[in-house]
Amino acid sequence: MSHTSPGTNAPALLKVTDLQKSFGDHQVLKSIDLQIGKGQVLALIGPSGSGKTTVLRCLNGLEIPDGGEVAFSDGPAVVFDSGTTQKQAQVLRTRSAMVFQNYNLFPHMTVLENVIEGPVQVQRRKRKEAVAEAEVLLARVGLEAKRDQYPHQLSGGQQQRVGIVRALALRPSLLLFDEPTSALDPELVGDVLKVIKELADEGWTMVLVTHELAFAREVADEVVFMDQGVVVERGHPEVVLRAPQNERTQQFVHRLLNPF
Amino acid sequence: MDVDWELVGSSLWPIVQGGLVGTIPLSLLSFAIGLAIALVVALMRLSRNPVVSFIARAYISVIRGTPLLVQLFVIFFGLPSIGVTLDPWPSAVIAFSLNVGGYAAEVIRAAILSVAKGQWEAGYTIGMSRTTTLRRVILPQAARVSVPPLSNTFISLVKDTSLASLILFTELFRRAQEIAAFSQEFLLVYIEAAMVYWVVCLVLSAGQTRLERRLDRYVAH
Repeated sequence: MSHTSPGTNAPALLKVTDLQKSFGDHQVLKSIDLQIGKGQVLALIGPSGSGKTTVLRCLNGLEIPDGGEVAFSDGPAVVFDSGTTQKQAQVLRTRSAMVFQNYNLFPHMTVLENVIEGPVQVQRRKRKEAVAEAEVLLARVGLEAKRDQYPHQLSGGQQQRVGIVRALALRPSLLLFDEPTSALDPELVGDVLKVIKELADEGWTMVLVTHELAFAREVADEVVFMDQGVVVERGHPEVVLRAPQNERTQQFVHRLLNPF
Repeated sequence: MDVDWELVGSSLWPIVQGGLVGTIPLSLLSFAIGLAIALVVALMRLSRNPVVSFIARAYISVIRGTPLLVQLFVIFFGLPSIGVTLDPWPSAVIAFSLNVGGYAAEVIRAAILSVAKGQWEAGYTIGMSRTTTLRRVILPQAARVSVPPLSNTFISLVKDTSLASLILFTELFRRAQEIAAFSQEFLLVYIEAAMVYWVVCLVLSAGQTRLERRLDRYVAH
């Protein structure tokens, strides 16, 4: 099933304006602008240290930008300055959910407990209802049989699929993936990418930080190439990944496609 | 040397009884209160507020930098000078609780810090506050890490309660002292007392092993 690109016509779900962030003297983000349409998949690519993961973390309030604005069209908007607190930034988490590179599952909870923790403890949904929903979600990623196991009993690929289900269970309007397959053994990458692809096809809105260029080309509606804290090039994946205009993008794409 | 087995037999129960009514309740109560103090002090030490953190540091420093016996004497013999007169039992509970609080605070702090940063982030990202993340995610994992060192603290405490005999609190060792003084069989009676402490600590070590195994169920081996 091919994913139809909503392109620029899709109504914006999230608008990021002039995002800035420094760690000490090092400016990791220098005025980043992004716009994500509803149902769109945005892939953030770039060399390590380019700031792409920091952008993602800012969208979830895990990093507090020094300046700029993150605004959901129909929800919370946060204007950042040097005085913005964790508390002010955390409203963003009511709309977005994060999938981590290292899964970060709770090791002392079973698979099911991991998934229902947010819905029950934070969103105060009924436990029974949360369990029923979790079981449906686990079944979709083929892990219904693992519900009572602990994370350490699962393979990396299975753990990451639980990580995705934990995010979905929060019923977010935006899914954030931070290099979701980078910690996986190569033979397990496919299972996780398959799940992400299905979610994209279903119309979930997502921002994906990834090194898997072939995957980005397949699922993304827009690819954004970042380097040294700025957006160097953005556009349709076929353009950015096949025929990049910018020299730095060309070098990066070439290096990733021809490592030797 | 002939062992006076009759004395061993007749003195064992009074010594054990001293343990049952003195040593064990004092240890359990002081440890429970001490752990509560320790958790508060550990969180204060981790606080980003420098004043709060300083208070916790100062407390830990005083407790760890002064002898337990001196702490006991200050409370039991010292406080009456400013009009606070306490019986041996409350004096001992206060002194041992404060002492455990100081040592266990550092254990708990280290255990909290040993939990990966990603666990805090995972808690935040599903919408939890700092407090909820601490309670639901961090402390359960820190508890597992802190069982071995806290068991050490508890076993030390059981033995340290013998110091309470010096503020006239009747526990295992004070019973032994009374019997030894009366019978003049110092070596025999004190070895007997030592053996009783040892048995108590053996039981505690076995309990530690069981608890560790229970808490380890979610950890890869």
